[in-house]
Parts: sequence; structure tokens; C-alpha cells
Amino acid sequence: MLRIRKLPIIGFALFIIVFPWIAGTIPAIGNYPDLMIFAGIYCLITIGLSLLMGYAGQISLGQAAFYGIGAYVSAILTVHFGLSPWFCMVIGMLIASAVAVLVGVPSLKLRGHYLAMATLAFGIIVFIVFNEEIEWTGGPDGISGIPGLSLFGFEFDTVLKYYYLVWFLVFAAFIFTINVIQSRSGRALRAIHISEAASSAMGVNVSRFKIMVFVYSAILASLAGSLYAHYLNFINPSTFDLFFSIKLLIMIALGGMHEVWGAIVGAFLVTFLSFEWLHFFEEFEVIVYGIILLLVTIFLPHGLVGIPGIVKGWFRR
Amino acid sequence: MEEFSFANQLFQYLITGLTVGSVYAMVAIGFNIIYNVTEIINLAQGEFVMLGGLIMVFLHAVAGLPLILAFPITVILVTLVGMLLDRLAIRPIRQPSVLTLIIATIAASIIIKGTAMFIWGKDPFDLPAFSGRTPINFLGAVIQPQYFWVIGFLIVTVILLTLFFEKTIIGKAMSACADNPDAASLMGINVKWMILLSFSLSAAIGAVAGITVTPISLMEYDRGAMLAIKGFGAVVLGGLGSFPGAILGGLILGTIESFGAGLISSGYKDAFALIVLLAVLFFRPSGLLGSVEISKIKRF
Repeated sequence: MLRIRKLPIIGFALFIIVFPWIAGTIPAIGNYPDLMIFAGIYCLITIGLSLLMGYAGQISLGQAAFYGIGAYVSAILTVHFGLSPWFCMVIGMLIASAVAVLVGVPSLKLRGHYLAMATLAFGIIVFIVFNEEIEWTGGPDGISGIPGLSLFGFEFDTVLKYYYLVWFLVFAAFIFTINVIQSRSGRALRAIHISEAASSAMGVNVSRFKIMVFVYSAILASLAGSLYAHYLNFINPSTFDLFFSIKLLIMIALGGMHEVWGAIVGAFLVTFLSFEWLHFFEEFEVIVYGIILLLVTIFLPHGLVGIPGIVKGWFRR
Repeated sequence: MEEFSFANQLFQYLITGLTVGSVYAMVAIGFNIIYNVTEIINLAQGEFVMLGGLIMVFLHAVAGLPLILAFPITVILVTLVGMLLDRLAIRPIRQPSVLTLIIATIAASIIIKGTAMFIWGKDPFDLPAFSGRTPINFLGAVIQPQYFWVIGFLIVTVILLTLFFEKTIIGKAMSACADNPDAASLMGINVKWMILLSFSLSAAIGAVAGITVTPISLMEYDRGAMLAIKGFGAVVLGGLGSFPGAILGGLILGTIESFGAGLISSGYKDAFALIVLLAVLFFRPSGLLGSVEISKIKRF
């Protein structure tokens, strides 16, 4: 359990590296690298969320707000003030962490339902601000003309270049997160999930750990938001609504929130479901999501990555 | 004269706020009924209100059933949805925890919302007011007769519920489950039935709220989530589990929202209730009438 298994990670990395070439040769999936950019962006958010919900056991239904804060800070600072996109990305993460501390310190004292509802309310308030502060955010019309990213004269101007940029960051976050989980802090987090009272008695500073994880998840979501804004060059509030927070919940519930791999599996599946496979249902896809979420909750409490464990259990009997 | 009309305006906001607040109070009562028996926060609570409004529109305005007939049929149909919610989404969960129960009710709420969009489309629907739309002038405020229906139904609901919980054996059994489900079960009370009953009751109350408010604010498929979270705001403001608290919380929240939208900014109308919710959670999580001691012994 506490050993890092390197093989799956290396295998996954190789797959990500060669995938664009495979997709390039098969016309039917020629647009998949583009979708994989979104999958990568969602992975960044769900990795943080799985650490928060699966490991620390804290419910956030407002994660779309941090995603939106990253996107809007990047968009506003580059479009209105002409600042460098990388600088704005960092500012976005700083603002997101400051907001996370402000919301987190009182919220994380709350348990269960209260925490869920506090983050839910926070998410909706931020969404309303995006819609109403028209002078800065452009209101429902959003902001266009957001510049792309470049590094020392190298422009991330094609799908392929952006794909590698996003996935490089996903791997950095993934490996960092796995290391956190294996460390002392990770053990402390799991202890908090099992019993706050007991872990506090063992000398774990419960509230500090909870805040740190919340801030970490906010930073990743903000980074994802900035990447989204600079990739599409356009944002509007509807991307960051309540339903996106619920979609994130579906991702980690479907993949399995007790393992970081689950966050990645879930982000992939939901990205492809929403951009490709559920097109047939159009806007009624929401019903399909609801049914998936309900079935997973009832029959697969550990998500898809929990299936191997269930199968093993059968054989052992 | 200027000052006088401003006072009139304030009175107008107050009346509107109390009417909207009555709806929030009914949603809040629904939350509390389920919470008290099961310790579940049913995030699909707002969908009952939406369904109440839209089914009533279908039966009364489209199918042409008279009000007196369409009203009870609507309530019964929504009650059935409440029962289905318990049987299909809550009871099958094998390892209930706050997280899984919240996710299950969210899943149910988006299924209900999507189905409503499938049936009724995205447009808002109107319903004829119960006793016409000739406004009543009272102290300079313009009051729709429907406002009295909404507030009246809140009062009727509260009286009936009080009688139910205090005078009937089933009501007392439900209260027993709320106090201690294990002990209640030992006394021969079928806790599963009581849970089913709590979902039915709160669905029925949600339906009443939806039916009465639709002639004022129209109704569309996606209204549920916001109603649920504002209803929860009322619950928290009053104190989770407290019925007088739910009514007080609902009325205060409605009034704050109405004054906020009128005097500060109509664009932020929906934000006021949420800010109140956050403020209460951060500074006084036990609410106005709730008890810290009771909240400590709850499982979730």
C-alpha cells in the first residue's frame, strides 16, 4: 500500500507520449489529442479533489469556483493589463490559495453536510460574481482575446504543443501528489479521514492539514483554469457553474476517490463521455450522468479502480 | 411624499419577502422532516417544489382539471416521486456515509431535473392564480391575492404537521425514530417505513410549495437546485432539525433576499441568501433556535 508502484506510471507516461501519433494515423480519433488536453486539465482538478475528498475525507462542492478564479485572473490580467500569461498564472494560484484559506479556515471546522453546503454556496456566489461584475468579467458574454502561452519565444500554438505542456504539468502534479500520500503527511491525512479525534490525539494538527489540502486542491484547480483560458482564448461564466462542480464529483466518484489513479480514470471517462460519447443525448446527457452517479454510489463505492479489488475478493473466497 | 413612497416600497419588499420566505420555510420543513428521521440532507428537496409546480401546470392549465382536483393529484404524484427517491436512491446504499448520501441525493436531483427538461422543455410555465390577479392595495403596497395563498398554505401545513407529530401514533413513532432509531426499532416501530414516510411527507410539502408559488414566480425545470440550497440556508439559519427554526429561518431569509434585491442589487439577488448561509455556518452553525448539544450527538 505504501510502496509507489513505478511501472504503471511509466506505462501511462509512455502511452501519453505516443498517443498523438497513434491518433494521427486513425482518422476516426484524429480529434482525440484535443480532447486529451481537456482531460488533462480536468485531471489537474480531480487529482487535488481526490486528495481532499478521498484521502482527507472533506467534501467540496465548490471546486468549479477555484477553476474559475484561475481562468478569470489569467484572462483579466492578460487582456486588461497586458501582463505575461505565466505571471498571471502564478497570481491566479496565489489568489486561489488566499481565497481557499479565507473560505477553508471557517468551513473546514464544519463537518459533513455543513461543509458540503458551505462549499456549494461559495461556488454559487463566485459564479454570480463572474456574471455580475460585467466591467471586469464581461458578464455572461465572457472575455475573449486571451493570449496563448509561449516560453522563451517558443509558442504553444498547436494542439500537439499544448497537449505536451498540459500533460507535463499533470504528471508533475500526479507524482508530487503520490509522494505526498506516501509521506508522513499522507498518513496523517488518512488518519484524519478515519477519525479526527484519534488523529488529533496522536499529535496530528488536524485543522492545519485540512487547510493545506484544501489550498493544494485550489491551487491545482486554479492552474487548470489558467490553462483552459489560454488554450481556448475565450472564457464565459457557464464553464464554471454548479453543474461543473457536480461533474467533478462524478469524475472522482466514477473513477474512485480513494486512489489518485481513480481521479485520472474518472477525468478521462467524463471528458470523453461529455465531448464524444454522449452527443447522441444532447442536453439530456444530464440524466445519464445522474444514473451513472447513482449506480456508482450504490454498486461501486470505490469507483472503477475498485473493481480489481472486488474481483480479487471473489477469487480469494 | 417622497419619503412616504419609500416607506411603501419597504413595506412592499417585506410582503414579497415573507411570501418568498414562506416557500423557503416549506422547503426547510421538508429538509427537517427527512433529517430528523434519517440524518440525511436531501439535496433533491428543491426538485419536489419544481415538480409540484410543473405537474400542476400540466394537470390544471393544460389538461384542464379543476383546481380542487388538480391540487391533490399533483401532491399525490410528487409524493410518489418522494417514495421512489427513498426506494431507488437511498435505501440501496449499503455503507451510508455523509459523502455517499449527499452524492446519492445529488444524483437523484439531476435525474429528476433532466427528466423534467425532457417532459416540459426549458421554458418557464405560468399557472392561473387561485383567486385572480386583481392586486389588493394595502398600506400603499400592491399585493397579489396569491401571496395570501402561499402564506396561508404555510400556516395550514404547520398546523397539520404539528397535529400529526403530537396527536397521531404514526407521528409519534416518527418522532421516536428521530430521537433514537435503535430504541424505536426495539419498540416495534418499523424504521424503514418511517423513513419512507418522511420522504413522502417532505415531497408532499415541497409539492404544495411549488403549486402555490408558481402563479407568482412561474416555474421551470432548473429551479430546484437554488430552491434546495436556499431552503437549506433557512434550515441552518433556524437550526438544523428545528421546525419553528425552519419557519423563522425561511421568513428571515426571504425578507433579507427581498430587501437586498430591492435596495442593494437585483443582480446579486440569489447571492444574499447564500451569504447569509455562509455567515451562519461560519459564526453560529447551530443556528438561531438549534442546540449545540443535540448536534454533537448526531451521527453525521
